[in-house]
Amino acid sequence: MTIHPMISALRKHKAGVVLIALQIALTLAIVCNAVFIIGQRIQRVNRPTGLNEQDLFLVSQQWVGAPAGDDADSIQKLDALQREDLATLRALPDVESVTPTNSLPLLNSSWNGSASINADAKLIGGNARTTYYFGDENFLRTLGLHLVAGRDFNAGDVINKGFRNTTEPGMILVTKALGDKLFPKGDALGKVIYLDGSGTPSTIIGEVERLQVPATGGWVSAFTWNATIEPVRLNANFSRYAVRARPGRLQAAMREVTPALYKANPMRVLDDDSVKSFADIRKEAYRADVGMAALMGVICLILLGVTAAGIVGLTSFWVGQRHRQIGVRRALGARKADILHYFQMENLLIAGIGAVAGVALAIGLNLLLMKHYEMDRMPVLYVLAGVAMVLALGQGAVFAPARRASNVPPVVATRAA
Amino acid sequence: MFAYYLDLALRSLRRSPGLTALMVLAIGFGVAASMTTWSVFRAVSGDPIPWKSSRLFVPQLDIWGPDSRKKGGYDDIADAFDYTDAVALMRDHRGKLQSAMYQVSPSVVPADATKHPINVTGHAVFGEFFPMVEAPFKYGSGWGAQDDANRAHVVVLSDKLNQKLFGDVNSVGRSVSIEGKDYRVAGVVAKWNPQPRYYDVVNTGGFVGDGAEDVFLPFNTAIDVGMPNNGNTNCSEIPKGSGFVGLQQSTCVWIAYMVELDSAADVDSYRNYLDGYMRQQKQAGRFNWAPKYELRDLPAWLDSEHVVPDDTKVSLLVALGLLIVCLVNTAGLLLAKFLRRSGEIGVRRALGAPRAAVYAQFLTEAGIVGAAGGVLGLLLTGAGVACVGWVLPKDIAALARLDVSLLATTLLLAVVATVLAGLYPTWRASRVQPAWQLKSN
Repeated sequence: MTIHPMISALRKHKAGVVLIALQIALTLAIVCNAVFIIGQRIQRVNRPTGLNEQDLFLVSQQWVGAPAGDDADSIQKLDALQREDLATLRALPDVESVTPTNSLPLLNSSWNGSASINADAKLIGGNARTTYYFGDENFLRTLGLHLVAGRDFNAGDVINKGFRNTTEPGMILVTKALGDKLFPKGDALGKVIYLDGSGTPSTIIGEVERLQVPATGGWVSAFTWNATIEPVRLNANFSRYAVRARPGRLQAAMREVTPALYKANPMRVLDDDSVKSFADIRKEAYRADVGMAALMGVICLILLGVTAAGIVGLTSFWVGQRHRQIGVRRALGARKADILHYFQMENLLIAGIGAVAGVALAIGLNLLLMKHYEMDRMPVLYVLAGVAMVLALGQGAVFAPARRASNVPPVVATRAA
Repeated sequence: MFAYYLDLALRSLRRSPGLTALMVLAIGFGVAASMTTWSVFRAVSGDPIPWKSSRLFVPQLDIWGPDSRKKGGYDDIADAFDYTDAVALMRDHRGKLQSAMYQVSPSVVPADATKHPINVTGHAVFGEFFPMVEAPFKYGSGWGAQDDANRAHVVVLSDKLNQKLFGDVNSVGRSVSIEGKDYRVAGVVAKWNPQPRYYDVVNTGGFVGDGAEDVFLPFNTAIDVGMPNNGNTNCSEIPKGSGFVGLQQSTCVWIAYMVELDSAADVDSYRNYLDGYMRQQKQAGRFNWAPKYELRDLPAWLDSEHVVPDDTKVSLLVALGLLIVCLVNTAGLLLAKFLRRSGEIGVRRALGAPRAAVYAQFLTEAGIVGAAGGVLGLLLTGAGVACVGWVLPKDIAALARLDVSLLATTLLLAVVATVLAGLYPTWRASRVQPAWQLKSN
């Protein structure tokens, strides 16, 4: 089959060809970028936090009329309240273990700072940014974290201090990511680091395989896996407890919490949000991402549908218009397959032109999004997949009208138009 | 004549129902996707106080210096105030109205002893806050400068909290127990929940869903009783002192600040004042970098704080792209449809119809397709807006709603866009040479 007659035929409907090619180009550009966005969101939502998320829930509460001061006496009173709560929760029949904590991954409430291998570096001059988790000897066990080096905290390591007290503890656990960042040789265990520009040394007694920071915004992308765990019960007029229910007893354990805590001490605030499963925390944190992916998915489907339908419509029109010419070709000896291939080739040509323009538009759109909306660079693979997709879409859409064209009987040539 | 064209158009559309349905569907989906994302965009990018936003200003002082921007990764100077500067600016009182404010989350103990204590959110503000943001009062009013100075235990409640504590009655003068201390109710704010929460973007990120603020307390009183802040605290160095008092002595920023300046001259003199203030601080030896400050009006401030989420903008952009594709699609189909009727056009032209008549006929047809697409678009937009609830974060989804202007815009957009898409095909149709058409038949 020669291309030449096809091109001269297309010259007769320049406008129609340009419109279809333009539509294919725009579709390619938008679908590539939308699919790229979907891919990124899915990847983000699926990254593991490092926790064993099954059977895990969080209790957040606030005491009423508790000491607000930061003096030693107030702190000890607050700590007594907290220890009472811990004992209450640990005594529940469906609870396996409990740790006090300041936050959890994906909770979007965090305490961040910097870690330095030198003493008295400024807060902003540290070697690595890190988030802080504060928990007791049950922290690792309750959250289901994996220790890859060194040892866990034991009960004797745990201290308590006021919420805004900035003294640093003598021993800490860090994530492998943070340890390797500070000590690239991988020998962080047993080393001393300084937190938040303090002069007090903290010894790394163990490394945790993986633990995500609480925040999920774009601003933490530089330190998503950098976490420091301190053996500290923080004392304030509010507290949070991470609770692991016995396997399969999550709902039962969650139901037991509120009445038990009120029974232990009624002067506190517990509301609908106070007892929350980790599954809910995860859902809330990634709601926007899931929504964006869904929206992009819907738009892609509409786009592909409209473009495919447009190709069907316009090709059908051309087939109708060339009814007689097709008859003539058939009468002169062209086989059905020749007619079919003619329309398929014609579509491939138009879609090819559209795809070339579309690649440029797709990259342009990606650059525009990168410039204004903190988007990453789209890998070439997406564009190539997009090209393959629009070509396939064109062939799929053209098949029905082309089949109809190939069924035009040669006798049409003999009839008047 | 129009009725005749309408009739012709309907006949023509009926002749190829598949093609017509295709065009209507494309326009409907394209318009609905654009309008749904537009409804969200409109909701989050709206001016929360349009009659006054150009007179409300947020100052920023560079108390951390260039190092914090270089190493800390911030691209702007500190976007909130430390305690020292907030108090100094309030004391100097150079604006018409101004207030420092910080977010609090105290517990309230209901008078009814059988009820559990509840947690509320609110702000510690100065008395001038209420006239500045024009908070609507249902009962009573805010408090005066005297109460600020005296650290009076007064409180302004939300309508909702008032109902919860007292029932729907005028509670002015009654007493509320907050964090174990008694406060006298000065006023009750009627339903008021500006979105974005423009007076404290730093702590709320802008959008806070349906939860209107429950309480407003005097700033000085809250500091006095040691009611800690419940929002963001950003530090360039760790506070030396401990506790909430330590925070007040530190250079950490956690206080929002807003000032009303009514004329360009006032703005200029306020800039001079800020400049002078920073110079004076440098002279006093507080820092060694060139004094720097910002004074942005409210729209510029919301923009610099990126209150409109990027996702919303990207969605709108992509949906507009979809609309363009749908229009290109419609233009192609109309072109095919119109040119198929070259013979008919030839006859009409040969019988004396001017080009304008051809225009009128075919644009009417495009308009009908647009109107039908618009009606479908209305239904789909309705469905779309109803569905944003499970696609977007709750706080933002709650803001998107259907109203007359959105519906009218949808219909108008569909018709105008389709007629525009029909312009080129119509132009081609009007160029048809009558002689050729007549000859070939």
